[in-house]
Amino acid sequence: MSSFDPAASSNPIANDRESAQRFADTIPHGRELGLAVEAIAPGRALFVMDYQERLIGNPETGVLHGGVITTLIDTVSGCAVFSALPSLVPIATLDLRIDYLKPATPRLPLHADARCYKLTRNIGFTRAFAYHSDPADPVVNSVGTFMVNSSDSSLRLDDLTEERAS
Amino acid sequence: MNFTEIIRNAKEAADPGVIARAIPYGNFIGIDAHLDGDAVVCTIPGDEMIVGNPVLPAIHGGVIGAFLEHAALMLLMWELAPGQLPKTINVSIDYLRSGKLEKTFAQGKVTRQGRRVANVQADAWQADPDMPIAVAHGHFLIMD
Repeated sequence: MSSFDPAASSNPIANDRESAQRFADTIPHGRELGLAVEAIAPGRALFVMDYQERLIGNPETGVLHGGVITTLIDTVSGCAVFSALPSLVPIATLDLRIDYLKPATPRLPLHADARCYKLTRNIGFTRAFAYHSDPADPVVNSVGTFMVNSSDSSLRLDDLTEERAS
Repeated sequence: MNFTEIIRNAKEAADPGVIARAIPYGNFIGIDAHLDGDAVVCTIPGDEMIVGNPVLPAIHGGVIGAFLEHAALMLLMWELAPGQLPKTINVSIDYLRSGKLEKTFAQGKVTRQGRRVANVQADAWQADPDMPIAVAHGHFLIMD
């Protein structure tokens, strides 16, 4: 990220996998799906989601519903934007385009890798893809845009995790 | 029971909810479907479990995207000939407003039906159908 200066950052999740997981766990639907942060770096996020029978879209084949991959992609792309920010502020998805390149393979976990390849004062631009074992053979490819500071306030990780506990 | 039979049963019962309830992921996030005149309308309840932004709170954008894709697929399964099944090629979602934690509706519209590909638009709304929270369009491959 060209605009990112780690030394000046007050973003607790920019470089820390455990903090990023704590942050991801404040998202109720992400927690429900068991989304796990594998790696995080400024402008980059890598998540994994285990195969679950309740997420099947085609009961004849056991293939995951495309929509749950949309949720994985939206979450990992959003986290790539969060990790690129100098400080944690709210963001909101403006748009998301998902290409289904091939069906997901039943029973295999799905990894999702996202980059915020451009961040302006107002907008984060993302690319992401999802794959089983070979990043060069993706199941889904996507691009997205996110509004930064969507509700003009700042987020504190400790407040978010306390809210969750209470 | 295979999918073609499920769709046939749903049409005989004039109830697209029969298809919706046969799809595990749809059940997981609570999608149901009914006919409003000739239109297939999908619904999803505002459960805590689908929250993506706990501060507002708002429905997860991914769930809204999944719901719109599902509404487009439901419409195609309802309108295609028996034995034909749609497969999503891609979907593009515009998020217009945050989704409040309340009952949400979605309805698809086929903009072009070709021999192999269907173009479908879908809108999602809450209290006011004229104030959509998200819209999507997608391309779907028709499999015989």
